[in-house]
Amino acid sequence: MTTQPLLRVDQIMVRFGGVVAVDRVTLTAEAGRVTGLIGPNGAGKTTLFNVVTGVQAPTSGQVVFEGSDVTRLAVHRRARRGLARTFQRLEVFASLSVRDNVRVATELSTLVDVGNRVDSLLERVGLVDVADRTAGDLPTGQARLVEIARALATEPRLLLLDEPASGLDEAETRRLGELLRSLAEDGLGVLVVEHDMDLVMKVCDVIHVLDLGQLIATGTPGEVQKDRRVLEAYLGVA
Amino acid sequence: MQELLTFTIIGLSTGAIYAVVASGLVVTYTTSGIFNLAHGATGMLAAFTYWQLRFDWDLPAPLALFLTLFVLCPLFGILTEKFVMRGLQGTTEVVRLSVTVALFAFMIGLANWIWPSDASREAFLRFFEGNTVSIGGINVSWHKLITFGCAVLVAILLRLLMYRTRMGVAIRSVVDDRSLVELNGARPNRIAMFAWAISASLAGLAGILLAGEQQLNIEPLVLLVINAYAAAIFGRLRNLPLTFVGAAVLGLLDAYYLAYSNDSWFPQSFFGFSLSGVRASIPTIILFIALLARPQTRLRVGATRFREVNRVPTWSTSIMGAAVLVVVTIGISGMLTRSNTLLLLNGFTMAIVALSLVPLTGYAGQTSLAPLTFAGLGAIAMAKLPGDGNLLTLVAAVAIVAIVGAVVALPALRLSGIYLALSTAAFAVLVSKLVFNQRQTFQTGNIAVPALDLPLVEIDTPRARLILASVAFSVLGLLVVAVRRSRLGRRLVALKDSPVAAATLGMNLTSTKLAAFALSAGIGACAGALAGDKVSPQQYEFTQSLPVVLLTVVGGVGTVGGAFFGGILLGGNSVLASVVPSMSNISKILPGTIGITLGRNPNGAAVQTADAFRPLAQRWGIIGFAAAGAVGVWALATLDVVSHWSFFVTGVLWVLAVTPNLPAIIDASGARRATAVAILTVGLVLAAGIDWGTALDATGQRLIAVVVMVAIFGVGAQRVLELAPRVHRSSPDTIGLDRAFTREEIETAERELRVAP
Repeated sequence: MTTQPLLRVDQIMVRFGGVVAVDRVTLTAEAGRVTGLIGPNGAGKTTLFNVVTGVQAPTSGQVVFEGSDVTRLAVHRRARRGLARTFQRLEVFASLSVRDNVRVATELSTLVDVGNRVDSLLERVGLVDVADRTAGDLPTGQARLVEIARALATEPRLLLLDEPASGLDEAETRRLGELLRSLAEDGLGVLVVEHDMDLVMKVCDVIHVLDLGQLIATGTPGEVQKDRRVLEAYLGVA
Repeated sequence: MQELLTFTIIGLSTGAIYAVVASGLVVTYTTSGIFNLAHGATGMLAAFTYWQLRFDWDLPAPLALFLTLFVLCPLFGILTEKFVMRGLQGTTEVVRLSVTVALFAFMIGLANWIWPSDASREAFLRFFEGNTVSIGGINVSWHKLITFGCAVLVAILLRLLMYRTRMGVAIRSVVDDRSLVELNGARPNRIAMFAWAISASLAGLAGILLAGEQQLNIEPLVLLVINAYAAAIFGRLRNLPLTFVGAAVLGLLDAYYLAYSNDSWFPQSFFGFSLSGVRASIPTIILFIALLARPQTRLRVGATRFREVNRVPTWSTSIMGAAVLVVVTIGISGMLTRSNTLLLLNGFTMAIVALSLVPLTGYAGQTSLAPLTFAGLGAIAMAKLPGDGNLLTLVAAVAIVAIVGAVVALPALRLSGIYLALSTAAFAVLVSKLVFNQRQTFQTGNIAVPALDLPLVEIDTPRARLILASVAFSVLGLLVVAVRRSRLGRRLVALKDSPVAAATLGMNLTSTKLAAFALSAGIGACAGALAGDKVSPQQYEFTQSLPVVLLTVVGGVGTVGGAFFGGILLGGNSVLASVVPSMSNISKILPGTIGITLGRNPNGAAVQTADAFRPLAQRWGIIGFAAAGAVGVWALATLDVVSHWSFFVTGVLWVLAVTPNLPAIIDASGARRATAVAILTVGLVLAAGIDWGTALDATGQRLIAVVVMVAIFGVGAQRVLELAPRVHRSSPDTIGLDRAFTREEIETAERELRVAP
């Protein structure tokens, strides 16, 4: 790999009191690729997302985005550089309509042609039918799509998705997979935490596996599925 | 040296009282997340109760103490938790605070009612009055020693309770995660009740001790809590030992200031500004410093879903509402007596102050307890700036206050929730104690704010001022609507709904909050700058701001209509108090009583009222008919067919009881329709036929009659039409969790799922 990775997380460590949630993790995510981040509950995936987006300051280590160190950068400044995310526990703007959720995000990156951008995003994630409903009243699956649309509205270079498929039915999950592939084809980097293994194996180009805060494997879906340590971590078999 | 020791003992004894109060605050805050502004009032009520038992009914002191501290206070705490505080989960910070303000108002009203301040009472004695003991050559009263001993005892007992008992462990775990505790089989409600019971006893103990030191007066006892805030914040609202340290520091500072501030080396003024207000503001200054020293509030992932709704107001409704408001005000302004005009004017002024909270608190979720402070600054700016009240002066005054608002808010913006709210409270107290008492601002206690100098019209009569105020409210209301519909408005709501999502999407939270504060300060300034009369600093004190916040929340802080409702309620309540002496006791507890019910309906009354009118949407024929009817009623009054009071009662009945029911009347079938029409007709005939001006001899009674008429005839007709509202506010995700399913819902679900037999 000659070019600079889009995102490099370098020796990140996060400590909560005596607990080490993330233990010197180094990994990358590339533009135009869907990168998976998997691991059992409590592996440190969401904490790592929080570190990358600036919600949580790391105890030590570096976050490098497009070649520059953003470890100390404020949350909103990272967002403006092209980092966007969704949340595992939903964080939609519950009292705004679906359209306004996407609109407020769009307006944070551009003031040109806002209406059309919002419409095409709603179209792309499949929320046109519920555009005028209050986001807080949507079922979980659609609320996740609102978060994705909202994140895309900021025109990110890297999209971090925290369990986007939880709460989605089969058809919705399939469409989500297609959406992620098409985003990658547009040149976007996608980093996804997900428990739905079918989806992960189908859409990811590269997968990082975390367990108890440590990176235990990196490779293509085929490779990690055969990795002994991964099987141990997930199945508890020796 | 002798002097230093004396004042150290005084300071530590005062600090001991602060510590007892503050620990009570911490206990309830940690278990229920509610910062109890009424904590001091609880202590006050306990002190009065103790006085009643001990000195009026002559019970022996130990028995009176036992009854007060171990029976009545805990009982009061338990009832408060069960009936008031428990309903507040999932509401915004401002609603939670407002309910404690309501409780505060309720208790003060109650105390005033039971123990009128003009009645002469036997003195409240200290414990072992007259007994002293010599420490290092200084005579210290037993009361002071007991006070100090109580604080030490409270510290030890709380420590043992929290760390050595099951209940203590349960309390500490509720703090960390209420739902988790519930899943583990503990009962958070019981734990919260227990905490409120302890807290009330601690407040009671402090109240009784303090009443011995000072006197049995309502105000100092109630305001005691402000000093305790500072100590509690010192302990970051969690840490009891640090809270005790904070309390001691406060007590000592206060005593030393008292001791040395008159010495020659002590500065009495600062660049020409008097420092006379400093002593009274020591706790506030400490509070401010302790708040600002807090680390930046961390963004929290895991948004709370608020129960409040926040609809986008439409232009058509808003413009229509504004126009109706101005037209109606002009229409009735000719019929009002001078004193009623002034009261309504006051209502409008308060409505503008309430309006200043809508973008800041309603939209952006940032609680401010200082709305009137900005009105006061606006009044000063308008009076002091050159131009004698022309429009340019108004613009400059508003702009200056908006900038001041933004600048003073800047350091506080790192805070959120209760810490931000308290820093605005501290700001309000500091401004009244250090700015409003200066020669340069309110030199003689009063300043004349010039009337607005408009081209074409003269604002020289109360009536003209009333109309101007209605126009100003309408214009500012439309401005707030414009903000809500704009980019900024969406940002403000996003900030309230999920700060962490807003930040990760690229929003600069600080500048967004700053905009909200500046806007709010500017609107508040208008209320002061448009006073057009003599104003006094007392009008703009912190304690006056609290009822404004409370009634705005009661009206509905998320909407312009709610602000109007809140302002008029404030004005209306003073009508009750001033015009009908017999009603004054009820009016004392009225705002509190209304506010306490907020847990049931955190959206406020305006939203509820607006919901009643929702069926009218788009039915222009009916709207036209309703408007024509209103004009007809007005015409009857102007042609002197009915008296002014009959006009008022009929008009209110028409708008609030008849109009919302019109669509249902048209849609209903024969018998129902006929009955509803009959009920409403009887109501209207009674309203117009009775000459309320002579039938009832006081304004307050007439107002109550209006409410009763609306309730009987409006609700009666609604029942007949089967319109009793069945509101579904909860999201589908939480149905069954927030309340039990009804039989009907279970049957529907079974039918839908085809599992019914």
